[in-house]
Amino acid sequence: MSGGLDVTVNGDRHTVAPGTTVAALVAELGIEARGVAVAVDGEVVTRRRWAERALASGEHVEVLSIAQGG
Amino acid sequence: MAEPVTRIDDAPVPGGDDDPLVIAGTSFRSRLIVGTGGAPHLGELEQALVASGTEMTTVALRRVDPGAPGSLFELLARTGIRPLPNTAGCFTARDALRTAELGREALETDWLKLEVVADERTLLPDPVELLDAAEQAVDAGFVVLAYTNDDPVLARRLEDVGVAAVMPLGAPIGSGMGIRNPYNLAMIVEAASVPVVLDAGVGTASDAARAMALGCDAVLLATAVTRARHPVRMAAAMRHAVEAGRLARRAGRIPRRLYAEASTSFEGLAEL
Repeated sequence: MSGGLDVTVNGDRHTVAPGTTVAALVAELGIEARGVAVAVDGEVVTRRRWAERALASGEHVEVLSIAQGG
Repeated sequence: MAEPVTRIDDAPVPGGDDDPLVIAGTSFRSRLIVGTGGAPHLGELEQALVASGTEMTTVALRRVDPGAPGSLFELLARTGIRPLPNTAGCFTARDALRTAELGREALETDWLKLEVVADERTLLPDPVELLDAAEQAVDAGFVVLAYTNDDPVLARRLEDVGVAAVMPLGAPIGSGMGIRNPYNLAMIVEAASVPVVLDAGVGTASDAARAMALGCDAVLLATAVTRARHPVRMAAAMRHAVEAGRLARRAGRIPRRLYAEASTSFEGLAEL
């Protein structure tokens, strides 16, 4: 896997290209960005930082959206 | 027998005829907040929300499911019902704060239903973690509506740290047990200077009416509607119950008494 980065996305392992940003990951996953929030290693990445926050190998990404809840 | 507690449910309530619910400066015509939890179908949930007349509904934050049918986000946009992100499933102040930040990010709202529970069996609020989380969330700029125990002291402490509303439970979440401690609830209502929202425990319409008659400013419920056999009908029942309870509270109930008090005069009674 030459140069690929192994990251965990919502508990599943993914290999992404070096330099992949949060914005690129969300797009790659085919997720509608509205109503979505992202945390990397437990820290919230605000939407305006999605395009600049590059992922590093081994990072845990959580991509969340609203769901039914009391 | 004399009244065991004074003014439990007969205190006068201010408010004009339009009588809005005001939380953190925002007015709501409806005093019923219906959560989205527990509904098996989004279509029926939407109908129930509309039938309830609610203007605000709770939502949770969970991992995205790209294959999920329909979209709660679109439902909210279509109905114009304001979302209130919650921190359901959080057991610590740390997790609740992170979830709160994610909710703010996803929904672009500072409003937060803060829930920090102690264990899965009771889902009762953990008072220590809750108070810590509330203080941190207020400091972080959230408008905090705090789900809390029916504990007047904890309600006061939450108010002291700056929450926008205290939301005591009537009974555990999803239990449908109604209001287990109306005396504590009355004490919370009497002392609070922020809105008191009964949150959790409502099983049927009479529970919601009772909460309002006891002086709560609003009722938050989900399961009682979403898991009713006919959710849309129950949603309408809850709307009427909350309105009836509020009207009754403002009307001022008669005092309780052990013995009868004739409403028909004995004067002029015929001698037969």
